[in-house]
Amino acid sequence: MTTGTHPMVLAEGVHKSFGLNQVLQGIDLQVNAREVFCLIGPSGSGKSTFLRCINHLEKINAGRLWVDGHLVGYRQKGDKLYEFKDSEVAMQRRDIGMVFQRFNLFPHMTALGNVMEAPVQVKRETRSVARERAMRLLDRVGLAEKANAYPAQLSGGQQQRVAIARALAMEPKLMLFDEPTSALDPELVGEVLDVMRGLAEDGMTMIVVTHEMGFAREVGDALVFMDGGVVVESGHPREVLTNPQHDRTKAFLSKVL
Amino acid sequence: MPPTFDKGPADDSSAGSGPAAAISKAPGPVPIKAIPVRHYGRWISAVLVIAILALLVNAFANANIHWETTRQYLFKDVILDGVWHTLYISVLSMLLGVVLGVILAIMRLSGNPVTGSVAWLYIWLFRGTPVYVQLIMWYNLALIFPTFNIGIYSEPMNTFMTPFLAALLGLGLNEAAYMAEIVRAGIQSVDEGQTEASHALGMSQAKTMRRVILPQAMRVIIPPTGNEFINMLKTSSLASVVTFPELMRSVQNVYTNNLAIMEMLFVACFWYLVMTSVFSVGQYYLERHYAKGRLRALPPTPFQRVRQLVFSLRRPEVARS
Ligand SMILES: Nc1ncnc2c1ncn2[C@@H]1O[C@H](COP(=O)(O)OP(=O)(O)OP(=O)(O)O)[C@@H](O)[C@H]1O
Ligand SMILES: [Mg+2]
Repeated sequence: MTTGTHPMVLAEGVHKSFGLNQVLQGIDLQVNAREVFCLIGPSGSGKSTFLRCINHLEKINAGRLWVDGHLVGYRQKGDKLYEFKDSEVAMQRRDIGMVFQRFNLFPHMTALGNVMEAPVQVKRETRSVARERAMRLLDRVGLAEKANAYPAQLSGGQQQRVAIARALAMEPKLMLFDEPTSALDPELVGEVLDVMRGLAEDGMTMIVVTHEMGFAREVGDALVFMDGGVVVESGHPREVLTNPQHDRTKAFLSKVL
Repeated sequence: MPPTFDKGPADDSSAGSGPAAAISKAPGPVPIKAIPVRHYGRWISAVLVIAILALLVNAFANANIHWETTRQYLFKDVILDGVWHTLYISVLSMLLGVVLGVILAIMRLSGNPVTGSVAWLYIWLFRGTPVYVQLIMWYNLALIFPTFNIGIYSEPMNTFMTPFLAALLGLGLNEAAYMAEIVRAGIQSVDEGQTEASHALGMSQAKTMRRVILPQAMRVIIPPTGNEFINMLKTSSLASVVTFPELMRSVQNVYTNNLAIMEMLFVACFWYLVMTSVFSVGQYYLERHYAKGRLRALPPTPFQRVRQLVFSLRRPEVARS
């Protein structure tokens, strides 16, 4: 694993379209290590799409995207780009954890099974080593006693905490959160945000797409407002949220705050 | 006569009889005493069904059937041998069908146009022609390919294509075409978010399929597959045409000698019913197994149900409530 002065994520002119629908139209941004980077913007502005490009769930059409100094999905030799094989893409994704709006836990496995799955299957860890870490992680998200419960037996907040533990089990250097609390009842939002706050305190690099402006203001180190597939405004969360410069940012914030 | 109602508690309190009256009324609400709906239709249909059953029993009792022959042959070795052959050709053909069906389904969903069209062509061909015809064609393959030759090994087709192999290929390859469609529907029923979550964890395509998609697709795949297997138990009787000694063939061998055609066919029916019934029970448990995680509580097994019933009978106050 490389560590150095380069940013954890660097995007230069990232374009992405689905057919004729130009979703990302030149995204430039930089996420530094140990930073909590918040992404806000109206529905359909391409926040999820950008997040998915970072771990190559979507292929970008133009521009460049680096994670920890490595091009995402390609190898560069001279001025030629070589597409990664399926196995190389998988290898690159190991270091990037992702948490989804709808949890996407594996319903046929227990909470413990969900957290153990990737280390055992991908890293070929022994089950005892994987179980020990999984129990530690479940304990960390406050769900040690739910280890043997199936997702259907857990509340939304509990499921999302298991999903965070599952992503952490691969010991990623970057965590992507795509509206992790949007599918939750209001009284369950807090428990998930608490876990994320704990991660931030431990120095995890996080990119968080969120509508929780309170969380962004408190925990965020940087914030970007996206609209129409471009970055409209960026800066420190407190500045952008209290003193937005652009009209579009002002209009958006007046609706959500 | 117009219906009359008892006075409700609300009327009483408005009459101002005070708290003492309310306490004396404490033993709960007035139970409903109504005359239940009469289900005349049920009575009429029950009488009709009983009458028809009586007619049928009478007809069979007086029919020209030599039940003694049926009883005699039920557990004869020739018949049991046929049952055994039916079982194992069905299981093996189904196995071939499932394995090949999964491969074909994955080929169709792979997004690779070459493998996709190969799978499509296979399904089109094997689903579009009768399995009976396919069986006879496998059995007679020697007519067009006199020798079986794969370079390192060769043998005259006549000895290579045994009745067993012809039955296995005929039944199994045909089944694969149906299983492919069942598996495809199962795979497509799994939420896309599952694939994404798996990929995001660094799992490869193959791992995702094996560890995440297929186990969940099972819930959708198992019920129709159980039906397919029960069909297979019966369809395997067609393998008698390639002289494979399954149950139907055994029965035919017997009745060409003793001429007790219907009696022997009753023997066959008996054993087909036994086999299909046993596997229906097995299917129930298999479905229950793959419901794990989907349901908060698994449905009780038939055994547990009986226990609950017995238990509740022993404690009547529970049964009534
Ligand atoms: N797989 C896809 N195929 C086609 N179009 C897509 C696909 N994924 C996203 N889009 C389109 O891209 C646009 C941006 O979607 P995206 O999900 O990135 O928005 P978002 O900012 O995350 O919105 P939300 O706040 O509602 O989640 C939308 O117009 C959507 O219809
Ligand atoms: Mg989104």
